[in-house]
Amino acid sequence: MIVAVTGVILILFVIGHLLGNLQIFLGPAWINGYAEHLRELGPLLWIIRAILLIDVLAHIYYTVRLAIENRRARPESYRRKDVVKASFASRHMVISGMILLAFIVFHLLQFSIRAIDPRFAALPHDPLGHYDVYSMMVLGFTSPLVSGFYILAMFLLALHLSHGSSSFFQSLGLNNKNLTPRLASAGRVFAWLLFVGYSSIPAAVLLGWVHLRSHS
Amino acid sequence: MNFKLKIWRQPSAASKGELRRYEIEKISANTSFLEMLDILNEQLIKSGEEPVAFDSDCREGICGTCSLTINGEAHGPAHPAAACQLYMRQFKDGETITVEPFRVRSFPIIKDLVINRGALDRIVQAGGFISARTGSAPEANSTPIPKHNSDLAMEAAACIGCGACAAACPNASAMLFTSAKISHLALLPQGQAERSRRVLGMVRQMDAEGFGNCTNTYECEAVCPAEISASFIAKMNREYAIASLRDRLGE
Repeated sequence: MIVAVTGVILILFVIGHLLGNLQIFLGPAWINGYAEHLRELGPLLWIIRAILLIDVLAHIYYTVRLAIENRRARPESYRRKDVVKASFASRHMVISGMILLAFIVFHLLQFSIRAIDPRFAALPHDPLGHYDVYSMMVLGFTSPLVSGFYILAMFLLALHLSHGSSSFFQSLGLNNKNLTPRLASAGRVFAWLLFVGYSSIPAAVLLGWVHLRSHS
Repeated sequence: MNFKLKIWRQPSAASKGELRRYEIEKISANTSFLEMLDILNEQLIKSGEEPVAFDSDCREGICGTCSLTINGEAHGPAHPAAACQLYMRQFKDGETITVEPFRVRSFPIIKDLVINRGALDRIVQAGGFISARTGSAPEANSTPIPKHNSDLAMEAAACIGCGACAAACPNASAMLFTSAKISHLALLPQGQAERSRRVLGMVRQMDAEGFGNCTNTYECEAVCPAEISASFIAKMNREYAIASLRDRLGE
């Protein structure tokens, strides 16, 4: 139940984060202005960050604890085990989550702490005096390696959520026989829409549709 | 039909087990799986070997005694059916068939394919009953029950307690079993008095027995011979959340 509730908060975050990021398609003024708005939240921003951090840590702590219990519940494994119904996503939640964690750490180092690429810290402010998030994103995703890892991580996020986004209804008891198949399909559609949305940004940068703009 | 068999042999709970190979010939397609094992055992007895120990009772899918994992699926490939309702015509001639026990820590192996499912009995003892006046049967129409509720309760009550749900679950969780027992009584007027105490007690016992947790893969409902729906697990989660809230508020 804790896993479900913390998971829902994280789902809300990835929706919000995607809507924020997609503003890159509206040009530098939009996304840099949006980033500035977030910064202007001041202490509230730090409260949100702290809640998200505690939420992620709780989500990981409880899932790992449950996973260990689950391993212990079958000390001797089957010599042959066939899957009848369980989806690939549902059987690989731990591994998809672990790789996502590695991605989140890299992602924060790259864009929030700006410790990966020295060019980010050296970027001048845009003409309106805002942090130049736009150029940072374009510079970051120009590297096929960074974009590749990003898209792979978004694929795993979609996989994780194609199970997780419908599964939490069941864990919270908000489910019945008629709802199960509908929630499952809705969850899969939702997850793959997230994948398309997030991956569109590095894809657009790599294809040259979104490129650096001079400040003149 | 001829088959190659790989059967789990384990002389006792403490000893190490292994898959041993056997060959069986001239089996009619309409032989049931358990009859095929009977025929194999007769051959083994004739050749002076220890026969394969396996559980069975009614052999018509209503008692929940048989407990084989056949080719990696609890009760074999003929879902929804118990292992006793499986016929050799389901398999290809010459096929290699792997037979293992239900592998769950809470179901310790007694010998070969025979397991101890006492854990499920202890879950029921922790609240899966109603404390009612015994004696002559009461007048049937004196307690009105809505048709929808009686149908749902009947669906849950169809559980035969075989443990295939825990055997098939990647986490060896017995939630489908426990949720069926809880839902069956929670849906009926007779079950109301002990409704909160029942769900709290049974879930606590289920955890104490060392079963795993539900990750909603729904493998359980796919192999259940009684076709119990995993939506009863959602109902159990609902019942548990409400009961623990009530318990904390001192009700």
